[in-house]
Amino acid sequence: MTDESRPPRENLWLLTAAPFIWLAHLLLSYITGAVWCAKIAGRGGSLGAARAAIAVYTLLALAGLALVGWRAMRRRRPVEPGPAREYDAPGDRDRFLGRTTLLLTGLSALAVVYAALVALFIRSCR
Amino acid sequence: MTRFALSSSPDTASGRRRRATIRATDLALLAGVAALVACAGPQSALDPAGRGAERIAELFWWMTAGTVVVWAAVMALAFYVSTRRREPGPRAPGVLIVGGGVVLPVLVLTALLIWGLALLPSLLAGVDAEPTLFVTGRQFWWEVVYRTSDGRVVPLANELRLPVGRPAVLQLDSHDVIHSLWIPALAGKVDMIPGRVTRLTLEPSRTGVFRGLCAEYCGLSHAHMAFVVAVTEEHEFAEWLAHQAEPASAPASPLAARGQELLLAHGCGACHTIRGTLADGDVGPDLTHVGGRLSIAAGTLSSDPRAFQRWIEAPEQVKPGVHMPAFAMLPQADREALAAYLEGLK
Repeated sequence: MTDESRPPRENLWLLTAAPFIWLAHLLLSYITGAVWCAKIAGRGGSLGAARAAIAVYTLLALAGLALVGWRAMRRRRPVEPGPAREYDAPGDRDRFLGRTTLLLTGLSALAVVYAALVALFIRSCR
Repeated sequence: MTRFALSSSPDTASGRRRRATIRATDLALLAGVAALVACAGPQSALDPAGRGAERIAELFWWMTAGTVVVWAAVMALAFYVSTRRREPGPRAPGVLIVGGGVVLPVLVLTALLIWGLALLPSLLAGVDAEPTLFVTGRQFWWEVVYRTSDGRVVPLANELRLPVGRPAVLQLDSHDVIHSLWIPALAGKVDMIPGRVTRLTLEPSRTGVFRGLCAEYCGLSHAHMAFVVAVTEEHEFAEWLAHQAEPASAPASPLAARGQELLLAHGCGACHTIRGTLADGDVGPDLTHVGGRLSIAAGTLSSDPRAFQRWIEAPEQVKPGVHMPAFAMLPQADREALAAYLEGLK
């Protein structure tokens, strides 16, 4: 019941967390791959260590997304029973943000996995 | 329609249905044959003659089958919705949205992504092939150079010959703007970018003559920038390459000899090379064995004397924007001699 007693924190920051993790993962993966191929491995070289780095980024990103998803889940409390209303009380808005955050987390996780799949299949800089 | 509307007795109705079915099958067969005919030919990605194109065609057919399944499912759903009797339960919309809008697309796209990614390494695989091929895109023709391991450098133009059953790696570059080399029957296309070397592996699986083309708009005659690809048996390829490495043959007739004199006198050698003569320009295509090619003007004209004459008289009419000037001011007899000489350069 602690959640009920605490006033809902109405802020949008958690909503942006999942897409931000997606963005960071994509950028880091691309930059790592580009620098590795341009400066270290050379054309036709093996992606080797860059693939390992992308694997680490992916695990970190998925862990971060799991954390965001877990916090979003906690905001999706069941609807309080009562007479018909407009669903725009602070608690309702908080629930909506939680739901949106959770959906964005799912989308971001999928995007992170898709980006990582490339590194799984492509082994050389060519 | 009139011959079907005779009676409403059950017998005739079933006969009518049967006839109608036969007609529909006939039409479908006809359409199918027409579609298949359209898929064949020297420039069809759906009539593959190389490993890359085979993989791409396979992917295309699977995707086509997939879209047919999706279309049929949507039609079936629409039919179901328009004919159902009872109201759906309260959970039905949610199931439909999550199932059809999230789960199904994710599964399909993931499968396609994995398939596509698994294809890539084999299409990109670089192998040490012999000979090495360099192709440079130019407005509006293809400069082709074969380099063999024994140090021979064979410059050619607008024609590729490859041995069957063996991979060939093409190193691609551009001299002016971005071009793209595509031989639909053999493999996917790869861009040719000025200042950068890209690679394309071709692995022909059957012999034949195919058509390649420029797949990136590159100027006025982009549509006339094509080339012929001849895939032959290994020994034929070796003979052909050995012949191409030799200097041009001497003119075989007095007319051709006159043509050679004219060619050198009118300065054709400032742009074109004919190995074994004084002509050593590098602006236009190498003409050392131009008469032996399957086409001239980058896949635009056949290589007979009339085509050579037409090209010399009015290249701009054949290929708008071409850099070669017209030589229509030469007397007819001189143009004939030039054409005879060029056509004789087998």
